[in-house]
Amino acid sequence: MTSPPPIEDLLRELAPQVLGALTRRYGRFGECEDAVQEALLAASRQWPEQGTPDNPRGWLITVASRRLTDELRGDIARRQREARAAALLPPEAFLSASPSDDLASDEDDTLTLLFLCCHPALSPASQIALTLRAVGGLTTLQIARAFFVPEATMAQRISRAKQSIKTAGARFSLPPENERAERIGAVLHVLYLIFNEGYAATSGPDLQRADLTSEAIRLARDLRRLLPDDGEVAGLLALMLLTDARRPARSRPDGSLVPLGEQDRGRWQADSIREGVAIVTETLSRSRLGPYQVQAAIAAVHDEATKAEDTDWPQIVALYEMLARIAPNPMVTLNHAVAVAMVQGPQAGLDVLATLDADERMTGHHRLHAVRAHLHEMAGDAAAARASYLIAARGTTSLPEQRYLEGRAARLAANGDSVRVDDRE
Amino acid sequence: MKYVVLIYSNPATWEALPAPERDRVLGIHNRIIKELTESGELLRVDGLAHPTNTKTVRIRDGATVVTDGPFGEAKEQLAGVWAVECDSIERAIEIGAPVAEYDTVEIRQLMDLSGMEM
Repeated sequence: MTSPPPIEDLLRELAPQVLGALTRRYGRFGECEDAVQEALLAASRQWPEQGTPDNPRGWLITVASRRLTDELRGDIARRQREARAAALLPPEAFLSASPSDDLASDEDDTLTLLFLCCHPALSPASQIALTLRAVGGLTTLQIARAFFVPEATMAQRISRAKQSIKTAGARFSLPPENERAERIGAVLHVLYLIFNEGYAATSGPDLQRADLTSEAIRLARDLRRLLPDDGEVAGLLALMLLTDARRPARSRPDGSLVPLGEQDRGRWQADSIREGVAIVTETLSRSRLGPYQVQAAIAAVHDEATKAEDTDWPQIVALYEMLARIAPNPMVTLNHAVAVAMVQGPQAGLDVLATLDADERMTGHHRLHAVRAHLHEMAGDAAAARASYLIAARGTTSLPEQRYLEGRAARLAANGDSVRVDDRE
Repeated sequence: MKYVVLIYSNPATWEALPAPERDRVLGIHNRIIKELTESGELLRVDGLAHPTNTKTVRIRDGATVVTDGPFGEAKEQLAGVWAVECDSIERAIEIGAPVAEYDTVEIRQLMDLSGMEM
C-alpha cells in the first residue's frame, strides 16, 4: 500500500503547472506568479485541516485566478483593460480542457517557465530565487532561509527579477530554435548553482540548505524528462547524483570537511552511484560530448573505486585533458594537476600548476595555494606545504575550509618537529 | 558574496558640519539604502550610538573588567554597519564609496559556513 504524497510535495509538483496555465491564459507572468504563490500558501493552510480537494490542480487554478482577478480589479486605474479581460474569463474555463491536453501543455509550461526564470537579463542570484519559487514551488521564506538572507530581501529580489523579465520583453513561450542551446545552457547553470549551494553546506545551522541539492536533482530529473535527447541535461543529472552520493561522508557531525581520499566510502549512497553511472554510461555512448558529461564521468570513476587507492587515476587524467579541450578553465587545470600528480608524482603536478601562475583569474586564489600545499606535502616538503596551506587558509572565505587548511598546516608543524628530532638521533 | 560596509566617523567632524551639508550627506546615505533595498542587495542596516555610550569589556586574570568608551584610541569610530550581498568586491566598494567623503569606509567580506572538500 502506498500512502499519498505529503501535501508539500504535491503542491510543489503542481506549482509550475498552475503557473503555466494561468500565464498562458492571462499573460502577465509577474502577477500570475504572485497569485499562484498565494494560492499555494492558502492550500498549505487549508488542506491539512479540510482535506485535499478531489482536483487539487483545479482548486489551485481557481483560487489563483480569483486572486489575480481581485488584484487586477483592485488596480483598475492602471490596468483597466486587463481587469476587464480577466474578469470575463470564469476560473472554470481552465477546468474544461481534456486531461491529455493538460499533460502535454504542463510539460511545455514547465520548460517555458525554466527558460523564463533563467532569462539572461537576470543576475544569477535572481535566476536562482525565481526558479526556486516559480518552478520549485518554494515559498519566499524557505528560499530566504536557505540563503541566509531576510525574507524582505528575498521578496525584493524576486519582484525585481520579474520586473527585469518584463523590461526585457520576454514572453511566455519557448525561445526560438537558434537560441535554444544557449538558453538550455543558462538553465543548466542555474540548476548547477542551486545544487552546489546545498552540497557545500556541511552541518549544524547549515543543514536546511542541504534540501537545495534534492530540489536541484528533482528539477534536473524534470528537465531530463522534457529533453530526453540532450546529453548535457543527462550529464548534469548524473553529475549531481554522483556528487550527492558522497554527501554523507564529506563532513563530520561537527561540520568539518573530510577530503575525498579520506572519506568512509561505505557511507556513500550506492543507489545514487548506480543511477548516476548508468546515466553517464548511456549518455556518453550516444550524445555529443559536453562538459557536464565529462565531469560526471570523472565523478563516476571516483565513485566506482571502493578504496581511495583503487582510483583509476590515468583514466581521470585522460578525462581532465578532454575537459580542458572542450571547456578550458583554471579550475579544470587545478584538478588536472592533482590527477597528474597521482599518476606521475608530485613534481609533475606542480609543473602543471606552474602554468597557472600567469593566470590573473587565479593569482592569490586560495584553491591554487591549497592544491600546491597538497602537492608539496606529497613530495615531502613540509615547510613549503605548510606555508602554502597557511596562505590558502587566509584566502578562503569559508569557515570549514579554513579549519581544514589550518588543521593540515598544524599537523605538518607537529610532524616537522618530530622529523627534526629524528634527524638528531 | 556577503560583505559588511563599516563606516568610521569622527563625531567632531560631523558636529562641525553646517546643517545643509549634513543634510546633503544624510541624503546620500538614504539614497543608497533605498537603492540597495530595491535591488535586493541589502541584508540589514544599523547606525551606532555616539561613541561616548560605548562600554568595553575584557576578561583579565579571570575578572570581567568593564570600562567606559571605545577600546580604540582613534578619533574615527565605528558609526554605521551595512550588511549587503552582492556579486563582487568591486560592487561592494561601489556601494560604500559615496559615503566616504568625511568618513572612512571599510569593506569586509563575511565568512561562509559552507565549504568544499579539497
